[in-house]
Amino acid sequence: MLVDSPPEPSAETAPAPPTRRAIRAAGLFVSLAVLVLVALASIAIGAKELSLEQVWHGLFEDSGTYGDVVVGERLSRTVLGLLVGAALGLSGAVLQALTRNPLADPGLLGINAGASAAVVTAITFFGVTSLSGYVWFAFAGAAVVGALVYFLGGSRGATPVRLALAGTAISAALYGYLQAVMITDEAALSKMRFWTVGSLASATNTTIEQVLPFLAVGTVLALALARPLNAMAMGDDTARALGAHLNRTRGLSMAAATVLCGAATAACGPIVFVGLMVPHVVRSFTGPDLRWILPYATVLSPVLLLGADVLGRMVARPAELQVGIVTAILGGPVFIFLVRRRRTAQL
Amino acid sequence: MSVRFDVRAFTVVVLLLVAALAASVVLIGTGDFPIPAADVIRTLLGNGDAGQEFIVNELRLPRVLVGLLVGASLGLGGALFQTISRNPLGSPDVLGLGQGSTAGALVMIVLFSGSATQVAVGALVGGLVTGLAIYVLAWKRGVHGYRLVLVGIGVSAIVTAVNGYLITKADLVDAARAVVWMTGSLNGRDWDQVWPLLGLCAVLVPLVLGNARGLRMLEMGDDVAYALGVRVERTRLLLLVAAVLLTAAATAAAGPVGFVALTAPQLARRLTRSPGPNLVPAMCMGATLLVVADWASQRAFGADQLPVGVVTGVLGGVYLLWLLVTERKAGRI
Repeated sequence: MLVDSPPEPSAETAPAPPTRRAIRAAGLFVSLAVLVLVALASIAIGAKELSLEQVWHGLFEDSGTYGDVVVGERLSRTVLGLLVGAALGLSGAVLQALTRNPLADPGLLGINAGASAAVVTAITFFGVTSLSGYVWFAFAGAAVVGALVYFLGGSRGATPVRLALAGTAISAALYGYLQAVMITDEAALSKMRFWTVGSLASATNTTIEQVLPFLAVGTVLALALARPLNAMAMGDDTARALGAHLNRTRGLSMAAATVLCGAATAACGPIVFVGLMVPHVVRSFTGPDLRWILPYATVLSPVLLLGADVLGRMVARPAELQVGIVTAILGGPVFIFLVRRRRTAQL
Repeated sequence: MSVRFDVRAFTVVVLLLVAALAASVVLIGTGDFPIPAADVIRTLLGNGDAGQEFIVNELRLPRVLVGLLVGASLGLGGALFQTISRNPLGSPDVLGLGQGSTAGALVMIVLFSGSATQVAVGALVGGLVTGLAIYVLAWKRGVHGYRLVLVGIGVSAIVTAVNGYLITKADLVDAARAVVWMTGSLNGRDWDQVWPLLGLCAVLVPLVLGNARGLRMLEMGDDVAYALGVRVERTRLLLLVAAVLLTAAATAAAGPVGFVALTAPQLARRLTRSPGPNLVPAMCMGATLLVVADWASQRAFGADQLPVGVVTGVLGGVYLLWLLVTERKAGRI
């Protein structure tokens, strides 16, 4: 028994009344507007203060001045934050629906562990030192572990409990390896301790180009899975009776979540908590319908990530707090507040 | 009150105890100065020569005892948390108690370059404060198991971020020391760690086992337990405090040895194949797991090269995987 109270079966076979749908759609647009504002703030705010005029100049009339260069750097950082944020939120929402466990997050399925183990291997045994060099290792690690968890979890007959247990088991083994390497190799420790907190600071256009195709494919796949996952929320038997292909949906959901989270982790290290928290926040006002949860999670996760990144740059000027640290310190209390506010039956 | 005697569970407990004791004897004999098992037993019974007596009683026995006690405490604490939260992932590792202890220890290591004792005290305080914070934050006319887990995850994320920050701020020597501590290690543990832990276990284990019936009722849900005459909130508070104390004390003694609290109850439950919290089997499983892991790490990497936490992670993980595969073949999951 993994779930105390599974997400309530959605009564969404009949479409929601138009007014509620209109409100939700409007909310989505408001969220998008907030996202645009946060993205602009992310470009405008930083160690070097820029006027709005300079930001505009840098964005649209790039002529290579100092301000333009700063805007260019912050632009790639912002774009990466947008992509990674969306990917983390989406993968978290998909995994929570797939495992029917509100505690599921990418870390649970061993994806963070896989990426971390691959990066530490790259540093220690292959002498890779640049961040863009880590990307492929991290992605390969995440993908291999994701696939492994899926097969050990029983592939076609995978149940939520088995998936979670397989993920935990593989994570345990990999973290043992990770710590062994970090204890014996000081060079690896000195690099890994910065990689594991998760940061957007090293974002470059190369990184974005490396992960963009994976993120695009994963996003499309995840959004397309909303309807079958909705059916699966009602329990396997009901879902089967409704004509859902359980195995196909499970396999595709795992694939989507792994690709999304693997690429995100590869790009900027394991940023925990965004994928866990945002779907919870979203569910508190959309209800259990994934056709709304997934788009909202896609829009609101980058708001959280970029907002945290901006804040991290503001509080510790001219240095900065890594975004992974800020999301947790900022998001933790909000998460606890939400958990407390809602009636337990809804959890 | 009728007592149901579960033969399989009893056998499992006996076998685990035998395994733990055998592993302890072998572990005492392992090191830079190997001692045959027969000599170890003779020395433990008080008939060894002076040299062996010193090595066994002063150096290696306390370490093994710390290992057994830490493993038992973690196994029991994990079983309590998983039962109360009704989630196999609701172990102290996940709820942030380990991270809380780590934060306390890291503050001592990174900010004050504290001694081993100060680090242990810091870890104990960190763990207890975190446990208290989780309980208070999850309290809302009673603590619902699920809210407890979710609040614990929130607290855990915050504390983990603080820990990550502390490590990036530390210089490399302190960071290396911190990583060893965070992995969980039995190196250099002596009688000073044994006595407090033993005293705590002597009080808490009977207390917990005395309330095992209430816990079993709680598994059926608050309403049913209430109807069956269990004082739900009081039992839960009592058991939670016990679990937090056990986990925090174990962590203070050996560091947050990973995955014992998470895997030991799961493994025990699968071995006994009986429903319910399986408290005693989980406790024995934890002790066995930790001592065997320590022995394995000494054998595989040489004495005191790698901390035991590395091996518990790998061993626990591999065993869990093996169970998953075999149980699937047997069609039990």
